[in-house]
Amino acid sequence: MDAVMNEEDLVARQAGIAPVGPVRAALEGRADILEMTRKAAEASLRPAEPGGLSHAERAAIAVRIARLNGDDTLAAHYAALMEQAGVSGSAAILADPGLDGAGDARLTALTGYVDLVSVTPKDTVAGDIEALKAAGIGDADIVRLAELTAFLAYQVRVIAGLKLMQATA
Amino acid sequence: MSDTLHEFTTTIPEWRPRVKPIDLATASQAQLDALKVTPSNTKVSDYVLVLANDVETLAARTPLFNAIMYNRGGMGRAERELGAIGASVINRCVYCAAVHASRFNQLTKSEDVTQRVFDDGEAAQLEPRQAAIFRFAARLSKTPSEADEKDMLALREAGLKDDEILDLILSAALFGWANRLMHTLGDPVAKEPGA
Repeated sequence: MDAVMNEEDLVARQAGIAPVGPVRAALEGRADILEMTRKAAEASLRPAEPGGLSHAERAAIAVRIARLNGDDTLAAHYAALMEQAGVSGSAAILADPGLDGAGDARLTALTGYVDLVSVTPKDTVAGDIEALKAAGIGDADIVRLAELTAFLAYQVRVIAGLKLMQATA
Repeated sequence: MSDTLHEFTTTIPEWRPRVKPIDLATASQAQLDALKVTPSNTKVSDYVLVLANDVETLAARTPLFNAIMYNRGGMGRAERELGAIGASVINRCVYCAAVHASRFNQLTKSEDVTQRVFDDGEAAQLEPRQAAIFRFAARLSKTPSEADEKDMLALREAGLKDDEILDLILSAALFGWANRLMHTLGDPVAKEPGA
């Protein structure tokens, strides 16, 4: 465990929840869910068997998704995780929502999937999975990418909701 | 082969994967553990067999899903389902919407609310408490989230306590996750007659 991921309290800290008060009390009532959320983050971002998506690339995709959601604080958290994992050229491209793959077929497929599924999942069609396959991304890595993208959609919304709870507490 | 369904329904469809489900015959022990496969329980859905391609995340996700939707206390089960439906409508996950609308209907013994939501989406006219819940879940599901303090105050004015609001955030956010798996990794298709 380490400073970046060793945070049982990540979503609460990201949302700026007061140490004492009604929102904190509600969170303490769901401490089991916060702990399971932390484990899911670990499994999505730093799995023991990362397959074809390195830890640095996973952190980079998390930076990208946090930015697509307008959450700069969460993006900074994952940028630190990306640094810690050792930034590669591919990670730097994946982290920047302004870049779509820089001419590389695999990165283009990855960013295409992440952007579409993060922002307008209703518009996904079978061809979006075929595009990943055509870029040489295997079935298991497609599922890994889908889980990472989907987990971040969850985490970013838990944080967004908690911020609103705190603001109106 | 059946055609992909695009319209909301409360009849639970089949789910046809776009990527290969794992083969139970060659599954690792970690995969069998995550799937909870035992000699007396060998029936596993294609959806879960697809997710078993990423066994570490599947093992973490299953207990989290169950805790958010079914743990005691806080928000009632039907209202958590309404949070799930709000997300599923925005993300247009026809399969998720069918499963959770059908559960909501069973729990409330009424089909009126889900029918309105399927017909009118975000414009659906619901009684005030349900309207506040559905609106918050739907707006939290946009990217970036469009839920604002007014939506949160509407929940409080409708009588929701902090523990219930937290459960709503969790259930709506959880379906931001579930919808993105179900709706991208496979297609909802009508059940074959006699299947």
